[in-house]
Amino acid sequence: MKPMQARVANTQAKVLNQYLTFALAGEDYGVDILAVREIRGWSRVTRIPQSPSFILGVLNLRGAIVPIMDLRARFNLPEQARDELTVTIIVAIAGRHFGMVVDAVSDVLDVDPEQVCAVPDFGPVVDTEYLSGLVPSGERMVLLLQVDKLLRTEEWQQLDKALPVLEHAVAVPEATN
Amino acid sequence: MSQVDLRQFHQTFFDESLEGLDAMESALLKLDSDAADAELVNTIFRAAHSIKGGSATFGFQEIAAFTHVAEELLDGVRSGKRAVTVDVVELLLRCVDALRSMFARVRVGAASADPASDGLLDELRQHLSVGTAIATSAQATHTPLIDDASSDWEILFRAKPGLLRAGNDPLRMFRELAQLGELGVHAHVQGIPVLDQIDPEQCYLAWDLRLAGTVKRQQIDAVFEWAEGDCELVIARQASAAPAANAARPLAAAAGTTIASASCDLVTTSPGADKPTPLRHENVTGSAVAESGSIRVNIDKVDALINMVGELVITQSMLGQLGEHFEASRLEALRAGLNQLERNTRELQESVMRIRMLPISFVFQRFPRLVRDLSLKLGKQVNLELHGEQTELDKTVLEKIGDPLVHLVRNAVDHGFETPERRVAAGKNPTGTLRLDAFHQGGNITVEVSDDGAGLNRDAIARKAIERGLIASADGLSDDEVAELIFQPGFSTAEATTDLSGRGVGMDVVRRNVNELRGSVAVQTKAGSGSVFTITLPLTLAIIDGLTAAVGNESYIVPLVAVVESLQIKRAQITRLGAGREVFRFREEVLPIIPLHTVFGCRGAVSDPCDGIVIVVEGDGARAGLLVDALLGQQQAVIKSLETHYQRVQGLSGATILGDGSIALIVDVAGLVRLAHRKQAA
Repeated sequence: MKPMQARVANTQAKVLNQYLTFALAGEDYGVDILAVREIRGWSRVTRIPQSPSFILGVLNLRGAIVPIMDLRARFNLPEQARDELTVTIIVAIAGRHFGMVVDAVSDVLDVDPEQVCAVPDFGPVVDTEYLSGLVPSGERMVLLLQVDKLLRTEEWQQLDKALPVLEHAVAVPEATN
Repeated sequence: MSQVDLRQFHQTFFDESLEGLDAMESALLKLDSDAADAELVNTIFRAAHSIKGGSATFGFQEIAAFTHVAEELLDGVRSGKRAVTVDVVELLLRCVDALRSMFARVRVGAASADPASDGLLDELRQHLSVGTAIATSAQATHTPLIDDASSDWEILFRAKPGLLRAGNDPLRMFRELAQLGELGVHAHVQGIPVLDQIDPEQCYLAWDLRLAGTVKRQQIDAVFEWAEGDCELVIARQASAAPAANAARPLAAAAGTTIASASCDLVTTSPGADKPTPLRHENVTGSAVAESGSIRVNIDKVDALINMVGELVITQSMLGQLGEHFEASRLEALRAGLNQLERNTRELQESVMRIRMLPISFVFQRFPRLVRDLSLKLGKQVNLELHGEQTELDKTVLEKIGDPLVHLVRNAVDHGFETPERRVAAGKNPTGTLRLDAFHQGGNITVEVSDDGAGLNRDAIARKAIERGLIASADGLSDDEVAELIFQPGFSTAEATTDLSGRGVGMDVVRRNVNELRGSVAVQTKAGSGSVFTITLPLTLAIIDGLTAAVGNESYIVPLVAVVESLQIKRAQITRLGAGREVFRFREEVLPIIPLHTVFGCRGAVSDPCDGIVIVVEGDGARAGLLVDALLGQQQAVIKSLETHYQRVQGLSGATILGDGSIALIVDVAGLVRLAHRKQAA
């Protein structure tokens, strides 16, 4: 962490973006703090049928029905048992809320836009289109998430179609009446 | 005044003006069929006048100018100088439309000028001059009515007692007049009572004003615009002709008695005298603008709500006291208190729901115009009957039911009714009757659209359905079953696509829209004597009574309105159709079994229909059995949309929050049943 004075001087000189950083499968990710609505501990959700596997279900957020996404599943990362560090970050994009389940939250990071590097090709492990950039923080690199890309419902719907269609599940008589 | 930001009043002004336009429209439509009713004409005039005044005040000059010309035409009608012809009504109706679109523009901050309105304006002016010409030729001996600006004016202005209280200052008005030309004022002081009887807030004076110079009638009208209703006003050209002047004199002398338009070149304005009810009462509740986000609530409903909240507070404080020094002996009191709390909550909930309820007349009121225009265009004679206009519906339902109803009404006029000649040939009244009826039935609202037209053509429908591959043959199908086919997607019987309906977007859209409101639509028809479309809608979208059912370790809510019966079935009732598909015999019917656990992918659920419970449900006029593990109970559920933050999920109509804060999902019965039967039809 930089000394306080340096930070203040920095703030005056440049517009800094703040990111909430969290850990997921050993990597640090950052999400624009303006999109974050709240951080809450893991709690049980209600499963939603006909949903892609990374949608764990819905949660009652003060009367609103909010979908919860398992970010590990979203990025095809190995599953991990949920513990007391597991948190749900509720984010809001264009008036829609959703939750992301992550391993743990870490810090709030001030990011100078000039420091953000372009995303190199990660290969199949992480879809790079969900990342807006990389930023160094001490010894480590933080991956900056583009939350709105995660929320694209067209993609969810495509995944929906890949799921067994409802009609197959319905018993059909040859002749009624 | 100029310091006040008038924009804060714009919304109210728009709402009121649109209400005024609605009132104008409905009065114009009545005018159409009846003989010229003075009260109706006055209603129209007053509405136009308020709009003119308001738009001038708020700086919408185009609207004011436009309304002014329309008002001139109306003034002619009102004073009986112009006959109410179909043309005039038609023109005025189009003015109403033009004004609506102008308001729509200024509402979003665009310029109010509407290209269409200019053309209309010219037409109005043309009409005005033509009309005047007729009036002139009819009364050839008299001077023409047109204002020529050159003459002097004589104005009799007698204040009614309330003039000052309404904020009108005669002095200011005289000053304004003085700016127009040379003004001579003579005050009549006879009306002033003795000193100890004087009410200082009242005006007892009357004036004779003479205005010389090039002044237009409109300019004078503008000065007295706001005083109208609070004064008796006679504005006359100072006649060079002696008889007319004499005619004006006695009138001035006898002012206070009823002023009639005694002479042709004496234009009288005696507003207020013939105003038994203020305009606002014509249309008490809010505007029917679908997009408006506000809602006007009857004060009674608000009062009821406040009462309810008061009771809730009392109950709360009672329970609070009880809790502070609670001992086991007071358990009974606690129970009673909780009961009261429950009752309060329910009542509160009901009255809050009632706020969202609006009479269906908001939707119905557009139909007189629609039917009139359509029947004129198609050369049919249709008489529209509206019933149950006061039936209240949830605002959301109301907004969404408009389009399906318009579709049904259009269809009825376009395809349902025969031409007058054909009707006569069939031994029927040449004028068809279209009836819209809304009423409560059980927990639902039923809206019926019935016509006494030709009825649905069974053969045409069957032919089309076979052509479209919907059915193999119509043999053995009842008339209603054939009629039901028109709700199938892509079905349209219109032989030729007309401008009005039959554009391919047919009854399937109506059905889908109604289904989205968790309602259903059905048709009954009889060849030669008409058809009845019945739309059934839930009272409210927000709350349902539901049956909670366990499926595996999850629970789902089945709307109670859809539940016919729940039962355990015996092995003998079940027939297996292969691939795990099963049907069961329920009384005289064979129903498909929809295993909820397969549909929703629940783990650990009962899969043998004999071990679980089958809930017989009905949706979209068809039945099916939902297989669940067990029934957990019955409860009210506040419906929350899944789409707000997520997306639509097939088979679910929403979610609700249970008492413990967890979420339960609500089953879309109609959707599941439709799916089961669609497969069957295929």
